[in-house]
Amino acid sequence: MDVLKKVPVREQDPKVRATNFDEVCLGYNIEEAKEEASRCLKCKNPKCVDGCPVSIDIPGFIKEVEAGNIEEAAKVIGQYSALPAVCGRVCPQETQCEQRCIRGIKGEAVSIGKLERFVADWSRENNIKPEPPKETNGKKVAVIGSGPAGLTCAGDLAKLGYEVTIFEALHEPGGVLVYGIPEFRLPKETVVKTEIDNVKALGVKIETNVVIGKSTTIDELMEEEGFQAVFIGSGAGLPKFMGIPGENANGVFSANEYLTRNNLMKAFDENYDTPIAKGKKVAVVGGGNVAMDAARTALRLGAQVYIIYRRSESELPARVEEVHHAKEEGVIFKLLTNPKEILVDEKGWVKGMKCVEMELGEPDASGRRKPVEKPDSEFEIELDTVIMSLGTSPNPLISSTTTGLETDKRRCIVADEKNGQTSKEGVFAGGDAVTGAATVILAMGAGKAAAKGIHEYLSNK
Amino acid sequence: MYKIVKKETLAPNIYLMDIEAPRVAKSCYPGQFVIVKMDEKGERIPLTICDYNRDLGTVTIVFQTLGTSTKRMAEYEVGDSYRDFSGPLGCKSELVDESDEELRKKHILFVAGGVGTAPVYPQVKMMKERGIDVDCVIGARNKDLIILEDEMKKVAKNVYVATDDGSYGMKGNVNDCIKDLVQNQGKQYDLVIAIGPVIMMKFVCILTKELGIKTIVSMNPIMVDGTGMCGACRLTVGNEVKFACVDGPEFDGHLVDFDESMKRQQMYKTEEGRAALKEKEGDTHKNGGCGCSDK
Repeated sequence: MDVLKKVPVREQDPKVRATNFDEVCLGYNIEEAKEEASRCLKCKNPKCVDGCPVSIDIPGFIKEVEAGNIEEAAKVIGQYSALPAVCGRVCPQETQCEQRCIRGIKGEAVSIGKLERFVADWSRENNIKPEPPKETNGKKVAVIGSGPAGLTCAGDLAKLGYEVTIFEALHEPGGVLVYGIPEFRLPKETVVKTEIDNVKALGVKIETNVVIGKSTTIDELMEEEGFQAVFIGSGAGLPKFMGIPGENANGVFSANEYLTRNNLMKAFDENYDTPIAKGKKVAVVGGGNVAMDAARTALRLGAQVYIIYRRSESELPARVEEVHHAKEEGVIFKLLTNPKEILVDEKGWVKGMKCVEMELGEPDASGRRKPVEKPDSEFEIELDTVIMSLGTSPNPLISSTTTGLETDKRRCIVADEKNGQTSKEGVFAGGDAVTGAATVILAMGAGKAAAKGIHEYLSNK
Repeated sequence: MYKIVKKETLAPNIYLMDIEAPRVAKSCYPGQFVIVKMDEKGERIPLTICDYNRDLGTVTIVFQTLGTSTKRMAEYEVGDSYRDFSGPLGCKSELVDESDEELRKKHILFVAGGVGTAPVYPQVKMMKERGIDVDCVIGARNKDLIILEDEMKKVAKNVYVATDDGSYGMKGNVNDCIKDLVQNQGKQYDLVIAIGPVIMMKFVCILTKELGIKTIVSMNPIMVDGTGMCGACRLTVGNEVKFACVDGPEFDGHLVDFDESMKRQQMYKTEEGRAALKEKEGDTHKNGGCGCSDK
């Protein structure tokens, strides 16, 4: 064993996985996990913990893994995180815990994410459930949205004895975990469903099909239904479009629509009723994780897929691991390229895209080099489907129907970073609804901070 | 789960159901819609609210069986439940927030095409409850496809019926009827609210533009979530892109790009390998009995 290197993790072969929706990464078995755990130096002053937005006692759980006490390891993680099987899979560890790992100075960091995932998967397979609190304190808290922020906040509050109800607009709880991140990165039936069941096992109630701002309002929940505090974790689900000609043609989708049809509605499965326009030649515009998810989904539905991104490879906002996986599977990257117009046939369907080549100019105020068009570089690509993955912003539905809730000019809810307090008494917020589109773990961190804020607020009331 | 407490067949392949959904019933208004997902594997189907009873906690939906999903929905009986029933969604009709005084000054004509009569009904009923007299034109291909005529007669001042084949009421389509009212019978209207197949709403808008009457239409594009997170339902209104599910479904008909909207409705019709889908949307025009098929 080379202590400088991570114990490699088993993955599905790229050629095989490009044709199915099964999980790409197969994870560690117990021997591999124990071996990887033995690489941890068990630092007295562990830097990795500082890199984790929910401050998991990382050396603490890894020590238990090394000793083979997986149930104990799960208990350690459970004190900090409600969704370890999710985070172990989708966190960008390379910029968080693993970036700070001392092992990473001379060699490769300890594979903290894969170890966390192993512990969570082992607990699920061995049917280890979190224990509900012995008694409740009779205080009711409403949580709006059942994504990572809401689930974490609800779980933490339930552990403290609150009676928590989550209100979810869609028919399934999970937010981006069910409609956004695809099966091949995050299996729904096993992983997501189990983690949500674990939150329910703590006593949290989940009411689906309730659209706050339409079915009822936050004011009504507080005044009529007896909720003493509210946490808003409604995310940033409003898609952006470019505003170029042809964008309303048939065959042009937001990544949200394409992924929702496939992940939440299971359009890839013939037994489900929702259709999807699969496409034979697909372009995904954008370079974030969502763009990678959409591209790899289209590929699995049988298409030849391009990523169209206006900057170069080093500016791609997606995780390195995801870009690597996409390339292995055969996604073609057209970098320094920007769409100008979507070309439409007489029946109203996409037939191609007019693009222009870009080059990077001087760094702008934020330090990023601004892409500028190369003169006379226009060209056309033949396509039948275009997926716009340009980012999302918060839906104004909740802020516009709640009295006294302050938002900023990006429509994000203004909330205190430390405790989630908004401009309205008793109302807290966190996750993408506050920050704009970010990561699962940052949303969980915000949910956690708000749970603490709500507990302090209701304890002093 | 959302229980079906009443089921009626209004016309061949057109069904009315009352669904137990207290949260929706408590907060919904005319002009809004719900999304129904009948079971685990079903799709999310948008349906305009046809009526509601806040005391009983029920919401009335009316749908026509045009494909696999709606046919399966129609097989459900009283006592069965749909898995999901989400709403109310979309904006309420502008008329809801207008004062009685303002409304009394207006001469309003509602135009209902085929199954579109169902979403027209709650608006006309609301006007009646507020003491405002309105007229209503109902159009369909033939007599069998006229729905809610008796109910409409109880709430509208005048109800005019037109059928394509002349089997009932006036022979002709809704536009023939509007022209007759305005040009021959000397009726004056300053607002038309037209709900039915897109092709019907398009032709009504061409006519009312000529006649100089402001016209509101209720758009029915393809939807997925119905809460503004995907843009499947986007359409162009006055050169701006709007999401029908949150900005609508009602828009100024003289600003809507109907041709684009009709093309977008066709999106899943020709998809390979999914025979059920071909059947799903059908040709709403031919099957829908809107009364404009010869145009």
